Formats: sequence, structure tokens, C-alpha cells
Amino acid sequence: MTFPPPSPSGPPPLTDTWVAVCAYQRLEPERGVAALFDGAQVAVFRTHDGALFALDNRDPFSGACVLSRGIVGTRGDTPTVASPMHKQVFDLTTGRCLDDPAVAVRTYPVRCVDGIVQVATVGAR
Amino acid sequence: MTERVVVVGYGMVGHRFVEALRARDTEGRYEVTVLAEEARPAYDRVRLSSWFDGEPLELPAVDGVRTRLGEPALAIDPAARTVTTAAGEYGFDRLVLATGSYPFVPPVPGRDLMGCFVYRTVDDLEALSAYAEGRGTGVVVGGGLLGLEAAHALLRLGLTTQVVEFAPRLMPLQTDDAGGAMLRRHIEDLGLTVHTGRAAARVLGDDGARTVVFEDGGVVSTDVVVFAAGVRPRDELARAAGLTVGARGGVVVDDGCATSHPQVYAIGECAEIGGRVYGLVAPGYAMAEVLADRFVGGPATFTGGDTSTKLKLLGVDVASFGQTSGPLDVTYADPASRVYAKLVLSDDAGVLLGGVLVGDASAYPTLRACLGGPLPGPALALLASSAAPAGHGEGLPGAALVCTCNAVTKDTIVGAISDGCTDVAAVKACTRAGTTCGSCVPLLKSLLAESGVAMPKALCEHFDHSRRELFEIVRVRGIRTFSRLIAEHGRGRGCDICKPAVASILASQAGGYILDGEQATLQDTNDHFLANLQRDGTYSVVPRIPGGEITPDKLIAIGEVARDFGLYTKITGGQRIDLFGARVEQLPRIWRRLVDAGFESGHAYGKALRTVKSCVGSTWCRYGVQDSVGLAIALELRYRGLRAPHKVKAAVSGCARECAEARGKDFGVIATEAGWNLYVGGNGGFRPRHADLFASDLSTEDLIRYIDRFLMFYIRTADRLQRTASWIEAMEGGLDHLRAVIVDDSSGLAADLDAAMARHVGDYRDEWRATLEDPDRLRRFVSFVNVPDLPDPSISFATERDQPVPAPVSGRRLVPLGTP
Repeated sequence: MTFPPPSPSGPPPLTDTWVAVCAYQRLEPERGVAALFDGAQVAVFRTHDGALFALDNRDPFSGACVLSRGIVGTRGDTPTVASPMHKQVFDLTTGRCLDDPAVAVRTYPVRCVDGIVQVATVGAR
Repeated sequence: MTERVVVVGYGMVGHRFVEALRARDTEGRYEVTVLAEEARPAYDRVRLSSWFDGEPLELPAVDGVRTRLGEPALAIDPAARTVTTAAGEYGFDRLVLATGSYPFVPPVPGRDLMGCFVYRTVDDLEALSAYAEGRGTGVVVGGGLLGLEAAHALLRLGLTTQVVEFAPRLMPLQTDDAGGAMLRRHIEDLGLTVHTGRAAARVLGDDGARTVVFEDGGVVSTDVVVFAAGVRPRDELARAAGLTVGARGGVVVDDGCATSHPQVYAIGECAEIGGRVYGLVAPGYAMAEVLADRFVGGPATFTGGDTSTKLKLLGVDVASFGQTSGPLDVTYADPASRVYAKLVLSDDAGVLLGGVLVGDASAYPTLRACLGGPLPGPALALLASSAAPAGHGEGLPGAALVCTCNAVTKDTIVGAISDGCTDVAAVKACTRAGTTCGSCVPLLKSLLAESGVAMPKALCEHFDHSRRELFEIVRVRGIRTFSRLIAEHGRGRGCDICKPAVASILASQAGGYILDGEQATLQDTNDHFLANLQRDGTYSVVPRIPGGEITPDKLIAIGEVARDFGLYTKITGGQRIDLFGARVEQLPRIWRRLVDAGFESGHAYGKALRTVKSCVGSTWCRYGVQDSVGLAIALELRYRGLRAPHKVKAAVSGCARECAEARGKDFGVIATEAGWNLYVGGNGGFRPRHADLFASDLSTEDLIRYIDRFLMFYIRTADRLQRTASWIEAMEGGLDHLRAVIVDDSSGLAADLDAAMARHVGDYRDEWRATLEDPDRLRRFVSFVNVPDLPDPSISFATERDQPVPAPVSGRRLVPLGTP
């Protein structure tokens, strides 16, 4: 697995294997980044303990692709991100909205290999 | 299909009706037009004399209602279904009369002389106040509730005041002889002269009222006469249209508030309901609610009006409820402390039938709520003022009415508390209890306390402290990171509530760039990207334009940036220009252009000082008395970047015409011939409030010192997201306390506050420039971490009035990958 160089010409193609997001060091603790894979926007978060989470970047309440810019925190023991639009809180582990149980965003498998953060866009739950 | 509702009259009851209808009419069945005689929006007439204190009396505006102020109905035609005003004709499907009352003026000769007034509207008060200027004495005809309010007004205007009441005692409807006598002692203590059992026969004078002659031949000299001898229903429109009216006036309605014509309704003081006309607001509110319910198909009926009253008249508490005499009276009188109380009980002493309280009405909320049931304790213990259970809710039955103005029972309030209301404000918003006269607020507090609700000081689940306490912890312990603060004083890893609040506290105390190190993770997206998030995920950019003054070159520069980046451009209410539609990765390039043209961040994104608006002032304006633009610019540059518990807005007006609307701001300055007047605690928004006068005729130096301290004291002690208005309202001692801290340094804080502001002014740096200068800080401004310069494909624009606007939502949705 190699880290693809930033390509201004277009996003890398979606594959059924793990794809690279960025170097792990690029992620600030308790903050997210957005990545684009063949039309899918993924928000990747690094929590204070170093763990990684990946959710769909689209806020289902507003329709805007902004979840990566939310505030990361906890509710009880659950790691969370709050949508920056109207502050609904999502469980980073399941994608479920904790303020509205009827709503959820999809999650993506995420891992770190050799200092590179990867997500699997097809194995999404 | 919508039906047209026309409401004639925009007093308290008319206002309550449209509010209640709008709340219930969720399907938008009714299109509502209100025709108001007075030129001002609906206001709280019950607290009319508070007008002298500069208190805002205005009731909250109701959305979705067409209001025609200063346009009284002149005629109604129920058959043609039209209402005529000077401006034209309004068709209706349903007509609601809420025309209220007019003051009754006894037919005494001379009552039309200059210097004779009535007391009902703000206009009446303004006229009275203007006329009373420089005059010495006043007579009020009428010693009831209204008369004593009017006497209070005259006293406030500095007149030596006499009260004339025809009945043998003051407030004959609400008290008994002993209560009236106690009230009289109170009022005479204040220096007023009281005449009971006497009637005014005529008013004499050449160029205005000079003498009041009594029927018994006695005379008193006076400069002003106020007639406050009761009110009469305003039923003239209904009368002329042939609707049935009562023998003593009032449009006759049934218990659903319907008049004799099927499409016409009447509510409030203009209506006769159950054979009675009510001159109090609570029954009027009840009628408004009944009618609103009927309009949406409900079954509500008016079951009788509550005539309980509790008032502070001339500073004296007076309360009356139920019967004022009956089978068994328990009375308590203490001439030394001027307290009188009477409970009227059933003959077995088992049921409370009514009561009168004078001098101390602290037991009123509890007693009123027990009306019709057993007393919660021994009668004497309830009455003796030292033992008065000032609002204990425990002993009350669930059905007891706690708020009589809005007919809210203890059960409703306890229900609201168990549904999650944790403070008085929430209970008020949820149940309306305590929103009218406020006399039940102590009872609300005790019900909250009794239900075990912890006082809501905890910021969120991560901190048990309030913002103010966290501010002190950070200050005293010298804490500089969120991680240390939450490890030592909180739990978990924070959330979108505590993180920005702590970021603001750290910014206020430590200064520096707000996005360095861990602090960046605390910021809400606006502060994180130094721009304002908009609905489609783009941001808006607002460069600072201090005081709203801008050179043509800079104006052109903004225009060129907007044009080159394809941004939507709009002038803001704060006299600057907002550029919308910038994507994250464009922000640094936009700032580069703006900074090179001499601009800096306007902090429109922060809980921080926004703008200091100004009028053009003495430089150009024919009326200006001071350089308002110069001062506004100086203030804006002094306080730019100052992080606060909430946004802070300000304005400077160059003369009393107040074109900068300074009294609608957190701090406002209005020029005088001698210097500056400082106002504090105003805001627009959901609950508009005028700022209060803090100090007059200040030198520029004193003005700036006071504003420095005001802002720093606010930053130090306010709660999260608390604007200055509610901060002052919640402060023990209110504005007086604030003055003591700021002007007299009563708390010994002044030097600290001054030093904190000096530090802020010295440390200020433009956040945009600081970001542009540092490649590390610029790294976060990318669209996608793997394709940093690719514009977000989910963002697209349409064109409206020649400018870009967000494309309709469907156009920017992602193709779904599967069901979540």
C-alpha cells in the first residue's frame, strides 16, 4: 500500500480494497479531516487516545458535507462528533445519531498501516 | 383554503389572542391581520408606571401576523364582512373585537381644561410627563387600583400628590375597611394626601387646571388633574353595527366568546361574558385562549374569570383574592409594621374562600393556590408576616392554580419540571406560568427546588461548574490547557458545549492565536476556520470595517475579491460587507487579497466583539454634537478580537436622535452636549431589549474606562451564551451593583479588570494575517486531505438576482452508497 500523492486532476478511483487517506501524523487529535473517494466523502477522526474512526461526511440533517469539521468529544464513554451545522451528536463507533435514534450515518472500516491511515470504502457498514 | 381573521385592537388581550392562535394554527388555516389604534406595538399595560423606569414594556412580536399600527378600525360591517379604516377596507371571514376599555371621566365641569389627563396608554404618560415638567402639585381622581398607579406616576414626576376617592376607603373593590385603612397609612407615609368619602365636583382654572372643588365645598389647588376613576368597555363599533351590547356596556358574548353575529367575536375588557364585564387582564387572557382554541375546532369554554390581584402600588404590596368577607374571618393587623391580612373561611374553617393582604403579600401565591380548598397550615402562621411561607409549594394540591394570570396549575408545572425544565426561565417558556404579573415566580422557584432539580449551573455532563466558576478556576490555578482543566476538574473528553466555552475562557485569559496546539480542537467550526459556516457547508467572510467607515479604494478591493472568487455579496446590519459562498480551500487566498488591501478579520465568526456601528456624527450631520464615527472606530479597534461569553455588539450615536440605534446594543454610546451617555445591556434578536442608562455626560476617558471594566467584568462572570442583558438581569443588585463595581470599585476588581483589558489591547493580532504567515496553520484549509485543492463536488450554486446562491438541496446531495 502506498500513499497516493495529492492529485489535483481528480480523486482516486473507488476500489474494493483499503485505500489511503493520509499520513497518521497529519491527523490532529480530536479533530477530523475529509477525504474523497470516487464520489464518496469520508470523514476520518483521531480521538485523544489515538483511535481512528471513519463516517460518511454528509450531515443527514442539513445535507451538507461537514461532519469532518465537527467537535470531537465524548458522551458517557462513547466517542462522538457533533455536526457543526446544528450540533446533533453522532456516535463515532456506530454512526448512530444520539439525539435522534432514527438517524444514522454509515461508518467505514479504518486502520493505520505503516503510518498511513486507510479506509475500506466497499466494506462499509 | 385560508380564512381571513381581522383582530380589532392590539392591547394585551389582542396580542395574547394572535399569539395563541398562531401557536395552535399549525396548518396555517388563518391569515391574521391586526388593526391597532396605538402607533406602538402591543405592550404590557399592567406595568404601565414602569415606563418611568425606562423598562421595556413591549410584548414579544408575533410572527406571521400582519400588524397595522396606528390604523384604528372606524367601522365594522358584519353583513358585508368588512372593516373600514382610514387607509381602506379589510375583508374578513372572522372578526375579533379586542378593543379594550376607555378611561371613565366623571362628568365634572372643567374636566376638559388643559392639565387634565387620563391614565391608560403610554401616550397618556408621555403627555402627562411633558405637562408636569416644572409644575408642583397634582390631584388624582380615583383611589382604586388605577388611581393609585396614577398617583405613583405623579409622585415619580416629582409632584406633591393628593388622591380623591368617593368610596369610604382606598381600593374599595379589593380591600375591606381595615385593609383600606392600613393601605392609607402606607400611602400617607409616602407624603401623599388621601381624601376618602369625597367627590370632585368641578375643576377650575383659566389657562389650565388650577383648583379642584369637592362636592362638600372644600377646595385644593393643583397644576395637574388625572382622572383614574375606572374604565368602560369600548363597544362603539359593535353598537353601531347592531350587535347586542349589555345594559352597562360591553359586547355580549357566549361562553365561546361569540357575539350575536355568527362571524364576530369579542374578548377582553370590551366583552360582557356571563353577564359581567372584567377590567382585569387574567380573564381577558382566558377569553383569548378560549377563542383561539375554538378557532381550531376545540371545545374550550370560559368558565368564569379570576379576579385575584396582587400589586405593588406605590411600593406597597396589596393582594386580594376570592371573597373579601364571609362566614368566618381570621384577621391579623400590625400597625407597627403596617401589615394587615385577612383570610375568609367557610364556617367550619375548612375551606379558604378569599382574603386580603396589605403591606406584605408574600403569602399570596400559596394562599391563592389554596382558594377553594383547605389551608396548608394554621391560619395565623400563614398570616403573620415573619412566618409567612413565602411560596411553599409542597402543601398545595395538584389542581391548585399557581399562575392565575395564565391559569397554570401546580400539576402542569410539576409535569413540566419532570419533562426536563430545570429553571424558572424554562418553566415560564414551557407553561407560560409567571410570564404576566410575575407574582408566582417565588412559588415556581420553590416547586423547582422541592422537585429536587439541581440549580442549573453545570456547564454540561463534563463539568459540574458554571462558566463563571471555570473562569475563576482557570484564573486562580493558572491553567492553560483544556486537557489539564478536564483532567483536574471534569470528566470525559468534552463536547461541543464545554470545549468552545473553555476555548473562550483561555482566549480571554491567555490571549494569543486561538488555533495553536490543543486549542484548535476546542473551537467550533466558525472559529476553527475563522469564517462563518453557511447552510451548504461553505463559509462567509467579513472583513472589519471599523465604525462602518470605508474608503472608495477599499470598497473597490472588496468588490474585486467578491467578483474574482464568485462570492455572493450582502451589506450586513453592522455596517459592513459579508462575502458568501467561499469554500474552505479558498479562504486563505481570499484573506491574502483582503489583507493586502489593508483589511483584517472582522470576527463575525466569533463569540467576540462584532462591530461598533455609528451614525455620521458631527463631521457631516447638521444635528450631530460629537464625532460619533471617530469614537466608534476607536472603540472597535480597542475591543476587536475580544472573546466573550457571547457576541458583543455596540454603537455610537452623535446626538439624541440615535440614528446608530445604540440602545439596541450590548453597549451603546449617545453623544450629549457635555460628553457621552453610556447605555448597557441592550440587544435585538428574539427578545429585543433596550439598553439601560449607565452613566451620563462622561468624558471620553471615563467612558472608555467604564466600557473596559464592563466588558471584562462580563467576560469574567457571565454564563455561557449569556448576553449582557440577561447577565445584568440575573445579577444580584442588577444595574446598581454593576455601577458600584465599575464606577465605585466596590469589589476591588477595577485594577484587575483594567489590567486585563490593557493586556488584550496590547496582545491583539489579526487572526487572518497570523494564519497566512504560518504554513503549519495553513495546512488545515484543504477541501480533502487526499485531494487538497479539489473543490467539494457536493457544493454547487444557482443564480438569483445576478448573484450565486446555494443550489437547491437535491442538486448538492451525494449519490447514496447504501442505506445507513
